[in-house]
Order: sequence, then C-alpha cells, then structure tokens
Amino acid sequence: MSKVPAELRYTKSHEWVRAAGDGFVVGITDHAQDLMGDMVFVELPKTGTRLVAGKECAVVESVKAASDIYAPFSGEVTEINAALAQAPETLNSDPYGAGWLFKMGGVEGQALEGLLDAAGYEALLAQET
Amino acid sequence: MGHRTPLYEQHIKAGARMVDFGGWDMPLHYGSQIAEHHAVRTAAGIFDVSHMRAVDIRGPDARPFLRYMLANDVAKLAVPGKALYGCLLNEQGGILDDLLTYFVAPDWYRLVVNAGPAQQDIAWLRRHVASWAVEITPRPDLAMIAVQGPRAYTLAHGVLEPDTHAALLQLKPFSAVLSGDLFVARTGYTGEEGFEILLAAERAPALWEAFVRHGVVPAGLGARDTLRLEAGMNLYGRDMDATVSPLEAGLAWTVSLTPERDFLGREALLALRERGVALRLTGLLLAGPGVLRAGQEVRGAWGEGVVTSGTFSPSLAHGIGFVRVPQAAPDGALCEVVGRSGQGNPARLVAPPFVRNGRALID
Repeated sequence: MSKVPAELRYTKSHEWVRAAGDGFVVGITDHAQDLMGDMVFVELPKTGTRLVAGKECAVVESVKAASDIYAPFSGEVTEINAALAQAPETLNSDPYGAGWLFKMGGVEGQALEGLLDAAGYEALLAQET
Repeated sequence: MGHRTPLYEQHIKAGARMVDFGGWDMPLHYGSQIAEHHAVRTAAGIFDVSHMRAVDIRGPDARPFLRYMLANDVAKLAVPGKALYGCLLNEQGGILDDLLTYFVAPDWYRLVVNAGPAQQDIAWLRRHVASWAVEITPRPDLAMIAVQGPRAYTLAHGVLEPDTHAALLQLKPFSAVLSGDLFVARTGYTGEEGFEILLAAERAPALWEAFVRHGVVPAGLGARDTLRLEAGMNLYGRDMDATVSPLEAGLAWTVSLTPERDFLGREALLALRERGVALRLTGLLLAGPGVLRAGQEVRGAWGEGVVTSGTFSPSLAHGIGFVRVPQAAPDGALCEVVGRSGQGNPARLVAPPFVRNGRALID
C-alpha cells in the first residue's frame, strides 16, 4: 500500500502539499512515484514563476512515462529542489521528504481548503484501483 | 487476466509489478528497473522469457522447409548446436516476426519466436508445409530462463549440474547444447555475456530459485527493454512489423539473398532493392537531459524521421532510441527531437549499439 501521511493535503492529480512557515512545499505522492517507476528526469519551474492553480508547472519523467505536475493553487515559486537534477531517484526513495519539488509563497489563505485531506486522497486511490 | 508463465508465483513472491505483454502477465520490475539494468551490466540478472514460444521443426525436410520459410539461410548452420537470428517474412517482404533458429540435429531445428505473434507464426508455418516432410510442434511445455551479465557463468557454477556447467563453458557464442534435459544456449538480448535455458516448465521454479539464491538478480521487462536498446537490438512490434522489410529495419545483415535459394518474401525484397530502399533504422542520442519516446518526430537537415523505440539509457545517462530516417541521413548528423510542447531538443543520429559488454560505445 502507498503511504498517505495524515498531515498533508493532496490534489486529485497526485501532488501533495505541506504547510511550512508562511508558504507551502509541493511534491508528488508515494502512489504517483510507485506507478511511474524509476525517475530519470525532473524539470522544475524557475524561482519567481507565477503559478496558476491547476495548470502544469513541472514535468517528472520516469523510464516508463513523462508526467505533468499541476500547481495545487495559484502563487509564486519561492524555492526549487535543485538537488533533484542530479538525483531524480530521490523522488522514488523519499517522495514526502528529500524528494520535494518546489516551495510556493504568496498563496491565498483559503487555498488549502480546496485540496483533499489524507482520508479524501485514500478514497480517491481506492476508486482508482 | 493474461497467460501465466510457470514462474508467475516466483514473480509475485518477489514483489514484481506485473504488466500485460503480448497477452502474458509478465514482471515489469521487482522494485527498480534501473537497479536491475545495472545488475545485468555489472554482475548478473535472470529473466523469465517463458512467454516466448519454442517451436520444434522436425523431419527429413526440416532444413529445406526452413530455407524456404526464413529470410536468413539455415544452411549457414554448419554443425548441430549453432544458432541463427533472422526474420519470418510475408510475400510482400514484411516482417511477421524475428526469431532464433537452433540447429539441434539434421532433422531437428528449434525456433524461438516472440510471444505476441507466436500463434500467427505457427499458423503461417503450417500453412506452408505443403508437401514438405516436417512436423511442427509448438512447445508450451517448455519454460525459458535467460541469465545474463559478466558474472553469469561464475554464478551458474553450483546451480547447474557439473556436466551442464562444463558444457556451458565450452559453448561458442550463438551455440546451444542439450545437456540432460536442459537446452542451454549462449544467446541473449542484453549485449552481455550469458545464456538462455529451455527446460520442462515444472522444473523452472526450482532452477529460478537456485539462481536467485546464488546471487543472480531477478530482472523484469523494463530492464530487458533498456538493455536491448543499449545493445542495439530491435523489438518486434515496435521497431519492425509486417509493414516494414528487414532492409528498412537495420536487419539487411540477416537476409541471405544468394542466387540459388528461393524463400518467402525474396521477390519483394529484390524488387524493393531495385526501386531503392527509401528508409533505414538507426540510433538516436538526446544531447540534453530527458527521455526519448516512441512516436516522437525528429527533424534534421537530412529530412524527417520517427522514433520507433525510446528510453532513458541507465548506462549512458542519456535519452536513447531507434529512429526510422531517410536512407541518406548519415550517422553523426545533428537533429532535433520534437518535445511534448513542440520544442526542438538537440540530438544526434548514431550507429547502434550504444553499449556492449558493459562498455559505452558512444561518446
């Protein structure tokens, strides 16, 4: 079974979001990395990019497939995980930790409410399988 | 649910991610296909290839029958034990399948064909038996295991019976031997040293487990695909099918067009050669980061091409693939691969193979 940490919020497109200070950290879920297999390439937005909720903003590629990453909400990229360029496999080994993709700031206060909680995401996974 | 090989339980126990391949439930990987790839390049891996079908062709006319049916000439197989790679063609010269032919005895050849086209191949062979004195016997009772990598022979010591291991060490490349009830061949699909074993299905699980106990790493179809691509080997259904001839698939070397032998597809190939073969298959290396995918368009000063197989090469850490291009497109030529958002990614045509025996052949 894929890990679905209780403290995170989730999108239907398999990104996770963690509140951190006055911003948010974004990554892909354990389920997503498991489905895709060995990651070999990550293309991240530049710091400072304005993201629009639901629009593609990054690409992760495994040996098997390329997959778009969608912005969980609108806001600005404040930091990217540059280490992934040299070690994309971190997305497989630690999707909720060292495999984070980017951080966002300038996000509306209510933004998290549009996302799934862990129970909601688990229900989504149960539907998909 | 697809067909299951005799090793299905072993895959499930090892935590394999199973996928459909040619109607069979096969392991894609057992956790990490890249780790499995490196295991084969640096040590040894074991593949279940029982979905491939052995077909025995026996009888006094086995040789003339296969000389007529196959684009490569089994008369090249001078002594029993030798193996030959080649294609089964239709009358239009299109590739119905690619296969290995083992010369077991003067009245006995063994073909190993791909899983997907197997039933069609068998029907095709039977349709052309006519008055040839041959018997065509598919062997679904046999399992097939491939052990590949620089340590394959060393690790086989202690797994195989001493006689069989000794016979294996004597084998020349592209040869096989019947040892007890094992059919052992020094062949493979990875570009590494190694061997393949055909044996009774019910004996396969114990042999598989013995290899794994001795340190041979189970490897799935994912690693098999990256290994064969690096090794410059075509995949049927991707790099070739019934709509292309061997001359357009990088397989002209497997076609024996000697004047004295007629074979199915010969007329069409001669006509094609007369008209001029417009396309060829070659390798493609992506310059920057990323992965090549089948179906991507490629543009260069030489014209346009299409990627037939693409992947990320774990050995080279670059996107690699095969591409069908105009005949005149030269290896070494620069080009652009059209990316997902329409952008052109710099790449270069290269002559495969990319990697052989653990060594990169492309800089």
